[in-house]
Amino acid sequence: MSTTQWEAVLTMPVAEDRDHIQGPPDAAVTLVQYGDYECPYCGEAYPIIKEVQARLGESLRFVFRNFPITTSHPHAERAAEAAESAAAQGRFWEMHDLLYENQKRLSDEALRAYAETLELDIELFEKEMAEHAHTERIHEDFMSGVRSGVNGTPTFYINGVRHDDSYETEVLLDALERAAAEER
Amino acid sequence: MTDSRVVSQATPLPPGTEAPDFELASTPDQKVSLSEFRGQPVILAFYPEDWSPVCSDQMALYQEVLPEFRKYGAELLGISVDGIWSHLAFAKDRNLHFPLLADFEPKGEVARAYQAYRDKEGTSERALFVIDANGIVRWSYVSPVGVNPGADGILRALENLGKEGTS
Repeated sequence: MSTTQWEAVLTMPVAEDRDHIQGPPDAAVTLVQYGDYECPYCGEAYPIIKEVQARLGESLRFVFRNFPITTSHPHAERAAEAAESAAAQGRFWEMHDLLYENQKRLSDEALRAYAETLELDIELFEKEMAEHAHTERIHEDFMSGVRSGVNGTPTFYINGVRHDDSYETEVLLDALERAAAEER
Repeated sequence: MTDSRVVSQATPLPPGTEAPDFELASTPDQKVSLSEFRGQPVILAFYPEDWSPVCSDQMALYQEVLPEFRKYGAELLGISVDGIWSHLAFAKDRNLHFPLLADFEPKGEVARAYQAYRDKEGTSERALFVIDANGIVRWSYVSPVGVNPGADGILRALENLGKEGTS
């Protein structure tokens, strides 16, 4: 049963030079997550993704895009900005992980502390945070999600098609393995 | 695939139909009528109940996407059978800054007029309507009650209004 009248597919293709990506470009299966750093469900999904990545190894490419719902999560946008600022210094994934491991501590002071932990150029980090240097990109991620049928976080796409099933480890693995097999 | 339950859904008022006018309370001393928005598109988002998890996520998403809706000059109205005090508390708790209308007395009358009422549950469907500047329904959609329909369908419908040059 389809949950919508139209097929929900990724409208903005994954781009190696734009997206935050783990895994090889020629991986059999690409998993895209639209996530919010303050969303508890994304927090639940975080270790699941780690597990899935460990199990699938090089056959999986994982992509994270921002979908902060600030209406419900007042710190989500700033946390996304911090991750993007870390990305500008080549440390996206370390910040992404720190944020999900410390979801309840996302104040501006906490974000700065994480930047220090990662030994980022603090002056540059602070400047970017003050100037909201990355909000445009975050909004671009967000709107690409809206247009792709993201209806909450986390929402996943497997090889470009929305994964409407649960994201429990075994269910997600199963779906990824099936998609990988289809590609072969 | 999430929802394998057999769900009997209403067929919402179809595109091309004149949108039934209504006047509903949005606060204890304010009423909102559909006709006051003549000249601009209106998004009607019927949802079953304040506070239920899916409704909350859906309304939070719409609040977040509201600036995009506004780019099309569209007004967003949420409607459920909840009373006005529930709506006020819900809007405050969830940071919602668009009108939530109380289809409370007679209960569900507006939802019925839009063919989006669930008799058995006594709530409206999770139904979306995009109404053009002339008060004509241009897009309607009923989502399975447990599924957040997202905002993409609304944006497409608003885009299509522009293309057809009616607004």
